[in-house]
Amino acid sequence: MKSVILSTASRLVHPLLLMFSVFLLLRGHNEPGGGFSGGLMAASAFVLHALAHDAQTARRALKVQPQTLIGAGLLAALAAGIVALAIGEPFLTGSWTSFHMPGLGEWTLGTPLLFDVGVYLVVVGVSMLIILSMAED
Amino acid sequence: MAPVGKPVTLFLQTFGQQDTHPASAVTKIMIECLLTIFGLALVAPFLHWALRSTTHWFLGAIVAGITTWLALQLPAVASGATLHAAFAWVPALGVNFSLMADGLGLLMALIICGIGTLIVIYAGGYLADHPLLGRFYAYILLFMGSMLGVVLADNIIVLFIFWELTSISSYLLIGFDHERAAARAAALKALLVTSLGGLALLAGLLLMGTAAGSYELNEILTRGDVVRSHTLYVPILILILLGAATKSAQFPFHFWLPAAMEAPSPVSAYLHSATMVKAGVFLLARLTPALGGTPAWQGSLVAIGAITMLVGAILSLSSDGLKRILAYSTVSVLGTLTMLIGIGTLTAIQAAVLYLMAHALYKGALFLLAGSVSHATHLYDADDLGGLARRMPLTAVAGFLAALSMMGIPPLLGFIGKESLYEATMTAASEIGKAGTDHYSTGWTRPIMSLTPLAVAAHMLLFVVVVRVGVRPFLGRSRPSAHPPQEVSPSLWLGPLVPAVVGIIGGLLAGNVGSLIVAPAVMAVRGEPHEAAPLALWHGLTPELALSALTLFGGLILFAARRRLVQAAASLSRLADWGPDAGYDRALATLNLAAKTQTRVLQNGYLRWYLLTVLSVTVLLVGYPLIEHMELPEIKNLSDIWHFELMLAAMTLISAYAAVRATTRLGAVAALGAVGYSVALIYVYYGAPDLAMTQFLIETLMVILFVLVFYHLPPFSIFSGRAARLRDTLLALAFGAMMTMLILTTRANQSQPRISEYFVEHSLTEAHGRNIVNVILVDFRAIDTLGEITVLAVAAVGVFALLKLRRSAKKEEMR
Repeated sequence: MKSVILSTASRLVHPLLLMFSVFLLLRGHNEPGGGFSGGLMAASAFVLHALAHDAQTARRALKVQPQTLIGAGLLAALAAGIVALAIGEPFLTGSWTSFHMPGLGEWTLGTPLLFDVGVYLVVVGVSMLIILSMAED
Repeated sequence: MAPVGKPVTLFLQTFGQQDTHPASAVTKIMIECLLTIFGLALVAPFLHWALRSTTHWFLGAIVAGITTWLALQLPAVASGATLHAAFAWVPALGVNFSLMADGLGLLMALIICGIGTLIVIYAGGYLADHPLLGRFYAYILLFMGSMLGVVLADNIIVLFIFWELTSISSYLLIGFDHERAAARAAALKALLVTSLGGLALLAGLLLMGTAAGSYELNEILTRGDVVRSHTLYVPILILILLGAATKSAQFPFHFWLPAAMEAPSPVSAYLHSATMVKAGVFLLARLTPALGGTPAWQGSLVAIGAITMLVGAILSLSSDGLKRILAYSTVSVLGTLTMLIGIGTLTAIQAAVLYLMAHALYKGALFLLAGSVSHATHLYDADDLGGLARRMPLTAVAGFLAALSMMGIPPLLGFIGKESLYEATMTAASEIGKAGTDHYSTGWTRPIMSLTPLAVAAHMLLFVVVVRVGVRPFLGRSRPSAHPPQEVSPSLWLGPLVPAVVGIIGGLLAGNVGSLIVAPAVMAVRGEPHEAAPLALWHGLTPELALSALTLFGGLILFAARRRLVQAAASLSRLADWGPDAGYDRALATLNLAAKTQTRVLQNGYLRWYLLTVLSVTVLLVGYPLIEHMELPEIKNLSDIWHFELMLAAMTLISAYAAVRATTRLGAVAALGAVGYSVALIYVYYGAPDLAMTQFLIETLMVILFVLVFYHLPPFSIFSGRAARLRDTLLALAFGAMMTMLILTTRANQSQPRISEYFVEHSLTEAHGRNIVNVILVDFRAIDTLGEITVLAVAAVGVFALLKLRRSAKKEEMR
């Protein structure tokens, strides 16, 4: 399924899709989005790559093994929970901190964001592991 | 998220009025001793890696230190104090990690750590060439800590957890030579039998805790009258007896113990004679103040104990292997102990404590000795050995001393043990009658009278055992063998020699042993102070002495006739085809067959059958109560339904129908995708953008995935005939109808306040987020999400592994 149009378009669209997936992840706490849909969006960016070229190219574009992504995601989610234990709260209690960034205004960061990043990574990893294994078979 | 629990705080406290001991420092050490042993278990393999051939001396020294500390507590405990230590463990459930050392617990702890020291040292010599010796140290220390926990536990939940830990470490130790199938089977047998009993024990302990209104043993033990008069007393007794009987290898659960002789000798000596198998007996003794003294208690314990005593003694004749002979004699002794606890008089309890001590010493010595002998000669059968005394003098001394103690010859501890056993069986009837005000019943006078001949008979048979194992191998002509025997290394002769020598010292210092060790333990079991005659080695010419002499005489005659006896026992062993061991094998085979059959039927590998099973079971289980409670909301105005909704419904239905009727695979996949998109549109329409977005993405990826696997699938074909299609249609309709009814009924029955309102209220204030769906996912219900992504990860790894497997199989084929 080689198509010049598709492969050219995918080269342009791929980074946009990835950026959009991160955007979805970050806005998730207040607007529609989040780790699940962000992760799926990122996965579809790589799937587009795989369709336009082939699975090996998509794997190279991914840079890391999907298994590594899964492990890193689970660790991130777990770490978000352990932060709470370390400060004497029950496991997975969200904790937040606010700070001012010059030029960017007030920022609020919390462990739920780290947790959502974990979800994002796991979803990307799982989708890519399954799809790439099947595509390469 | 609800708070799971407060941070664990460590507090140490003392209970009881008699406690005159300076509490905190001492009790803290008690917990530290326990933690030290578990800590050593963790680091043992690394220690062994670093220290190599000196590991056993190092570990032995630490355990010896703990033993010394325990021994130093003896005077305080003998003066009536009980050591307590506790910290809150699961405060939400009221479970404390509490320890208690009274006379009984301390005696057991001394046996565990004292013999444990020798076992660790012995193992270093016995398994010196074994590649997994470091792991062995870890297992045996894990066991030591667990067993110590059992005997020192004050909370019944703590007791149960340590109890199960001993079963697990026993499993690991029996199966230590895991490459042999026999060792694995024996380990499994021991685990299944003891953990089945463990389940019963858990139920029994919980019922008892409920009946007494406390999970703390020191409180339960003072509320014996409440427990005994409780309506659940008999179930409690039966369940706890099951736990104790399986652990202590009582008939009919005795069969796992001889099988467990597949373990290395130090394990047999430690777990399966000196300590773990005594856990059941210990538990019965421990719970005597709470449960003991009723006719049901006395009747069942005396009956089980007496039968086990005889069965063990008879079966010990039918074996040839040194260790199996010893194992059956251990079964017999455990029966004797159960019987004595069942009798429950002051004399009987005293006899039980003495007998337990003496047995731990001489039987531990004999097992280690059997190991040393086999280590030196590479022979395992009793009748193949002879004339070893000249070659292995120190081992022989240990053998003779242990044998004399087991025979019950003065001045050894075993002599006092057996004398008090006979005294207990003879005086039981009159003592029970005399103690009219006592809670001990009077109905068992007659059977108790006849226990004396049974005990004498069993001990005559055990005399044959001890001569075969402890004496014969060292005397007579030495047999020619491929391995000329030599005296073993110090770590191997220390193990048998030390307990054998302690047995003689204990006998000579009977008075001190009595007041320092036996009396406090008896008091703990009886639950009240008592005035017993001080222990002495020599009581003069008593009826018990006559019985002892008779036992020796009878034993000598039996030994002379042992060949005929062994033949008779062998013909008896044909009965074993109907015995509990065969029953175990049959039960296990039946269980396996049932598992295989149901797996073949339910896990048949056809996706369509899985769907059929899951859906029809769901329809049945949910549908039945639904019909009972169905409640439909009133539909007032149908004009609310807009043409858009109708269109969506029609679109969903049409694409679903197209998916069913599709004649090409691509058509089916596309139609399914259309169903998915229609559902996503419903989400959009009803204001759930998060769901809609995820659904769109999932559907897209799904279709792509299908396209990717097309190439691997067999040609598209329709398997089902008309009847099958009809059945599937009906099931699909039933499932759809059930889901519809479920949703409508849920809508109609909204009496409880909705949880979503709580989320709406607190989403921004507590979780700093306006998107409630996301806040639920990553904060309110984060632990669910954590579980879900873990499942996702596991599933992905599973898919990956399956594909990889197929790929490597294909490569294999191509070669």
